Amino acid sequence: MSDSQSNSQGGAGLGQLMRRPEAGSLVGLIAVYIFFAAMGGANFLGAPGISSFLNMSSEVGIIALAVGLLMIAGQLDLSVGSVVPASSLTVSLLAGDFGMPDAVAILGGLGVGLAIGLVNGILVSQTRIPSLIITIGTMFGVMGLTLGLTVLIHGSTGVFLVPGPAAKAIFGQLVGNMFQVSILWWGVFIVAVYWLLHVSPVGNWIFALGGDRESARNAGIPTDRVTIGLYMLSGFAAAFVGVSQVMTFNAAQVAAGQTFIFNSIMCVVIGGVLLTGGSGSVLGIVLGTLTFCIVNQGIFFSGLDPNYGSIIIGALLLIAVMTNDKFRAMALALAAGRKK
Amino acid sequence: MTAPILELRGVNKSFGPIDVLFDISLTVRAGEVLCLLGDNGAGKSTLIKILSGVYQPTSGQILMDGQPTSFPNPRAASDKGIATVHQFGGTFPLMSIGRSFFVGVEPARGWGPFKRYDRKTANAVAVKAVRDFGITRIDDGDRLVGGLSGGERQSLAIARAVHFGARVLILDEPTAALGVKQATHVLRIVNEAKRRGLAVVFITHQVMHAMAVGDHFAVLIRGAVAADFKKGEKTREEITDLMAGGASMSSLEAEIEGYMASHGGHPPPPAH
Repeated sequence: MSDSQSNSQGGAGLGQLMRRPEAGSLVGLIAVYIFFAAMGGANFLGAPGISSFLNMSSEVGIIALAVGLLMIAGQLDLSVGSVVPASSLTVSLLAGDFGMPDAVAILGGLGVGLAIGLVNGILVSQTRIPSLIITIGTMFGVMGLTLGLTVLIHGSTGVFLVPGPAAKAIFGQLVGNMFQVSILWWGVFIVAVYWLLHVSPVGNWIFALGGDRESARNAGIPTDRVTIGLYMLSGFAAAFVGVSQVMTFNAAQVAAGQTFIFNSIMCVVIGGVLLTGGSGSVLGIVLGTLTFCIVNQGIFFSGLDPNYGSIIIGALLLIAVMTNDKFRAMALALAAGRKK
Repeated sequence: MTAPILELRGVNKSFGPIDVLFDISLTVRAGEVLCLLGDNGAGKSTLIKILSGVYQPTSGQILMDGQPTSFPNPRAASDKGIATVHQFGGTFPLMSIGRSFFVGVEPARGWGPFKRYDRKTANAVAVKAVRDFGITRIDDGDRLVGGLSGGERQSLAIARAVHFGARVLILDEPTAALGVKQATHVLRIVNEAKRRGLAVVFITHQVMHAMAVGDHFAVLIRGAVAADFKKGEKTREEITDLMAGGASMSSLEAEIEGYMASHGGHPPPPAH
């Protein structure tokens, strides 16, 4: 019996499905979609509804993938909230105020994200300060720098930019007047991160790092390098979203981006990633992102008072964590219970 | 007789002004189980950490196969074939058996950035390694380590160490958190490792477990080797006495006997 199970990659049995950490997220996604489909009707089921939650998913989803990897490795990154505006303002200041080519400006914006990630990674791996505190620190630092420099260079906190056609097409066009091209980029990120976590050997290091840092180091895993690399990935992902925002909306705002901090964490946790690390999956993060964004956008289609939307999101988060714990316990019990 | 695989000569360890280990000399031979006995705080864990490269001795020598050596870090010790298995065995409860078995040395297919973790091979090798140690209940490498019993986790960790070429196996209180049946299980695994020619350092304060597998015993008291003897040279009571600090234990016994003598053979009433 074990032969047929261990030979097939995913496995089709119910037990195998339940063992997967994303099982709970899938159930949640279906429930939430059915609920809002019933409330929101044709508009929600049609292109307007689908594009609204996919557009949101693509932006928060790109960040959630990187934040999720970090969380699986046992770390948090709150600085993403200020990397998004830092990157979009870098792009618009370089391309607008300094008249540089779009490509240079975009590389500059992405470079800012990588640099902030590098700083986060070095601080987290070289000190014993919790990453929560470190990334709150860098978040405020970057926020202040962004605000100060933008006002200094541009004289106001918002910068308009008319990007060239190529940059606009790659990062900011609307397909069918509704769907942001960032949805495709989200797909690229999903494939890349899936490869990293579930296919390449490095994925095992990430799980081990979140399971027990000390043992991972004793097993010969370059823990510092992996940590720094993951922070740079999350800086890059946030900067990428910043670039795609400025290209989509033709403007960059200093205050934009704070919502990404908690939204990305919620997507990841709803997706079944263990807050303390060591467990989670890319499929789960994607499902969690979709669930979160369906609730977030579905409220506008449902006719419910949007002011109460946050209550649903809060409840969703708690339910998700509880069911995820349940599913994890079931997975462990399944492993233990199959004694013969 | 063959040269000992690992030997400590006059090892001292101090942390600042505090002397933790004092003049420790011990030998471990291939196919032999050295039981390191001692009460809490006797210096057992510090000694393990010196053997596994976490700490450096303040003075004294470590010899491997008769040659002076040193372990500047845990990696160096494990490269030389010294594997340490801690109380709870696997420390990655939410990883699969195959994945945790190969942490840090993942089998892969493909090349460069397109290397793929070879789950099938990892699972097959891990399951076989554990089954060779007699844990036949494990048949699926996708199972999570956290779902195994304590004894199975220990066995998995020991099998892992042996698979990756360990010559010296340091077991840090492997039976402390286990029930009687599970502990027997682990002791059987220890015997199997010994039969395969590994040198085993078995740390425990359970004299019964030590006597079941040990060939050679060392009792640590306050950082010094208080006794060093071979199998059969001392009884269980003598060893327990030694561990408890000898004198204090016998004085307690004398006290109780004295009480019984003056109270018509009744033991003292239980304390409240």
